[in-house]
Amino acid sequence: MAKRFSEIFRHGLKNRSFVIGGLITLLFFLIALLSYIWTPHAVEDLSIVNKLRLPDSTYWLGTDHFGRDIFSMLIVGARNSVIVAFVAIGIGAGIGVPLGLTAAARKGWVDEVIMRFNDFTFAFPAIISAIMITAILGPGAINSIIAIGIFNIPVFARVSRGAALSIWKRDFILAARSAGKGSFKISLEHVLPNIFSMLIVQTTIQFALGILAEAGLSYLGLGTQPPAPSWGKMLNEAQTMLYLAPQLAIYPGVAIALTVLGLNLFGDGLRDVLDPKLRRNR
Amino acid sequence: MTLLKIENLTVSINTAQGPIDIIKQIDFQMETGEKLGIVGESGCGKSITALAIMSLLPERSVISGNITLNGENLLALSPAQMCKVRGNQIGMIFQEPMTALNPVKTIGNQIAESLHLHLGLRKKEVQDRVCQLMENVGLPRQRFPLGLYPHQLSGGQRQRVMIAMAIACEPDLLIADEPTTALDVTVQEQILDLILELADRSGMGLIIISHDLGVIAQTTEKILVMYTGNMFETGPTTEVFKHMAHPYTQGLFSAIPKTGISTRSDRTRLYTIPGQVPEIHIKFKGCSFADRCSRVLAECRSQVPPTVDLGNHHQAWCFNPLERT
Amino acid sequence: MSVFFAKRVTALVITLMLTTVVIFLVLEILPGDPASLMLGISAEADTLAALRTELGLDRPVLVRYSSWVLDLLQGNLGTSLTYDVPVSELIVERIAISLPLALMAIILSTVIAIPMGIIAASNHNRPLDFFVMSFSQLGIAIPNFWFALLLIILFSIVLRWVPAGGFAGWDAGVGPALRSLILPTIALALPQAAILARVTRSSLLDVLKEDFIRTAHAKGVSQRRALWSHALRNALIPVVTIMGLQFSFLLAGAIIIENVFYLPGLGRLIFQAVAQRDLIVVKNLVLILAATVILINFVVDVLYALIDPRLRGGENG
Repeated sequence: MAKRFSEIFRHGLKNRSFVIGGLITLLFFLIALLSYIWTPHAVEDLSIVNKLRLPDSTYWLGTDHFGRDIFSMLIVGARNSVIVAFVAIGIGAGIGVPLGLTAAARKGWVDEVIMRFNDFTFAFPAIISAIMITAILGPGAINSIIAIGIFNIPVFARVSRGAALSIWKRDFILAARSAGKGSFKISLEHVLPNIFSMLIVQTTIQFALGILAEAGLSYLGLGTQPPAPSWGKMLNEAQTMLYLAPQLAIYPGVAIALTVLGLNLFGDGLRDVLDPKLRRNR
Repeated sequence: MTLLKIENLTVSINTAQGPIDIIKQIDFQMETGEKLGIVGESGCGKSITALAIMSLLPERSVISGNITLNGENLLALSPAQMCKVRGNQIGMIFQEPMTALNPVKTIGNQIAESLHLHLGLRKKEVQDRVCQLMENVGLPRQRFPLGLYPHQLSGGQRQRVMIAMAIACEPDLLIADEPTTALDVTVQEQILDLILELADRSGMGLIIISHDLGVIAQTTEKILVMYTGNMFETGPTTEVFKHMAHPYTQGLFSAIPKTGISTRSDRTRLYTIPGQVPEIHIKFKGCSFADRCSRVLAECRSQVPPTVDLGNHHQAWCFNPLERT
Repeated sequence: MSVFFAKRVTALVITLMLTTVVIFLVLEILPGDPASLMLGISAEADTLAALRTELGLDRPVLVRYSSWVLDLLQGNLGTSLTYDVPVSELIVERIAISLPLALMAIILSTVIAIPMGIIAASNHNRPLDFFVMSFSQLGIAIPNFWFALLLIILFSIVLRWVPAGGFAGWDAGVGPALRSLILPTIALALPQAAILARVTRSSLLDVLKEDFIRTAHAKGVSQRRALWSHALRNALIPVVTIMGLQFSFLLAGAIIIENVFYLPGLGRLIFQAVAQRDLIVVKNLVLILAATVILINFVVDVLYALIDPRLRGGENG
């Protein structure tokens, strides 16, 4: 197992996307983790006296209209994005992958039902689900997690079903079935390990999408609520100050774009490394 | 008149590990209307030879030597000029009829395309020509309207469409790369007969590429045996079959399963040439067949085999050719 | 063909029904008492009771559900609590903004993306290809509402060419109305274009590797002609599918963009309805939006079959 990791790592280092994306992603996660231990300033510190300062040695990226340190807000926002996107993936994969595997294993009407369910869920982008949930529960970070998670389910279901179907056709599965292994065990012991790399790649994609979705939702006020900082909320507040201090809109946006870009590049590079047989058009 | 002349043709492909020679300095020629067969196992370079003639090699290929068609050096032509040669003076049909036709275009459209491109005929003329071609390849209009799509035809029928496409402009040379390999046995005969008939009728030269000696025996007048990009033996087909000189050719022939075995004592193991075809990147100092050859000599491994002239246009490249019986 | 169609229509109906059930469950059953949710905790008992009667909340669940569906089929989408007008009226009003916006965004993204994808594919592994791919990567990573803000900074604040938000209204004339929609259209189109360009390129490159392209070359078809005449139509098939499937993302994007620019469209309506706890509007509007996405997916499916003759259920010779 460890040998496989080092092998992947070595191949990865030769791949440009993997390296650049990986570095950015790593940076992002480290910063998010760091925010738990230390931030240059406490994000709840309002200091109207210091509002709208330009970057200097105390406030590395300056302050916003409430005098809060932008840099600190950014890194706590990173933590927030990670958590939301991460749990949402947990929901999506946790429900979606078993669904997809079952659909591939059982076929027939079970497959049809799951596929219909998929189609139907696709009609509800995270925003719509978030809106519905907020309508009854009121806004909050939990809602955005659930909403994004719900939208992740059909994605993971579809990917795992597709990959599983092609594994089921392989000879070694036939051998296992002839030996009398049940489809549940086969799915678990044979199919899942083989589609694992595809799932990892899909996870990075969904992670990136999750960050974008979280930002969108908190921009609208449907997700993470103040005083917890989130990148989306920062952009929303920046909009009110667009004429006075346009720079406030730049930082959170760059943070989002850079992180998503890093994750996408990493995912692309990972895909190339894990499945060169795919021979995609790079 | 010499239709096609190949001189010192070498094709190599640039890979991450460096250039690999796929075809190593082969020479042969064909007269107008002649039927040549190129035979060898998978990977011997026979398809690449055809693609080289057509100038359809994959992107990272480097080609050197001479390919002359009717006196014109094809390798000196620009891509635009070569486009005018393809489909017009040379036609080619491929192995996989199932994937070789455009699924979203009608068969009439696809056959008509070369007519439009090269002959500049009027619409009505093109229409008539296409109908005529369909008749010629055994797809009568009543059963096979021009508006059909490829997926509505069987493998054999699609191959006929491909043949129609290839001969539409009455080329001087038709190259058929494993034309029957992907077809049902029952259909193979029909397709081969069709190709032969069309070649005889129009007097065009024919190159048939196959790993199947039976196909070659039936259809060709001259034969070229290839192995790992080298020529091993060439000559008139009947001559080569009767008096094989190269051990490899004999190996190929012996590997054909024999029918008519009735008694138990007649049954012997199916003969196969021992060993495996060497991988493409391996470079040999001497003969590339040395490790598998039953007649190998010391010099075979260290020196390039000489050309042995056996008279009657029959040549082999071997240190230890078989005795003429 | 008719079998295929029938199957698809059945699936469509089932999905739509399922959607109504889920929306009903989530927005009427789950909250327990929709009335108190809408009016707030401090509402008085009589007001709550009155609302409950008006909404028919005392009837059994199945009756409520079926009367809702029946109303829907007759075009009755209920009355908004906040505005006291029929929801259908609100929708018609707002669609006059959302629909042109969506259409313009789709057209813009297609017009940009497909040529870019073709250019990238025909210049595979050369600088132009790299440029297009980088554009695509950026376009996917940049949140569209941030892009919108950047556009506002440049075009409204610095250059003052277009307003920073709001909608002039169609009565003010087509010119001013469209001016308010330019930036939103661009912001909405960007991520779509980025994805579409990438998909076009990828699809085209895949098709160019197919056997029948080699056959075309063997007939003397040039590289250029092979791409345009042979490869493109085959390549566009998956692209059209993606375009259709992207519609739900377009919808999500539109909701955000309308809010960024304060455009009184459907997106803004739904957002305001949630803020005002107007469950009637939310319920019916969510259904309309979801149904639209499902219908579009259905249309895409059918179109797919039309473009690809293989799916028309032809005979096998």
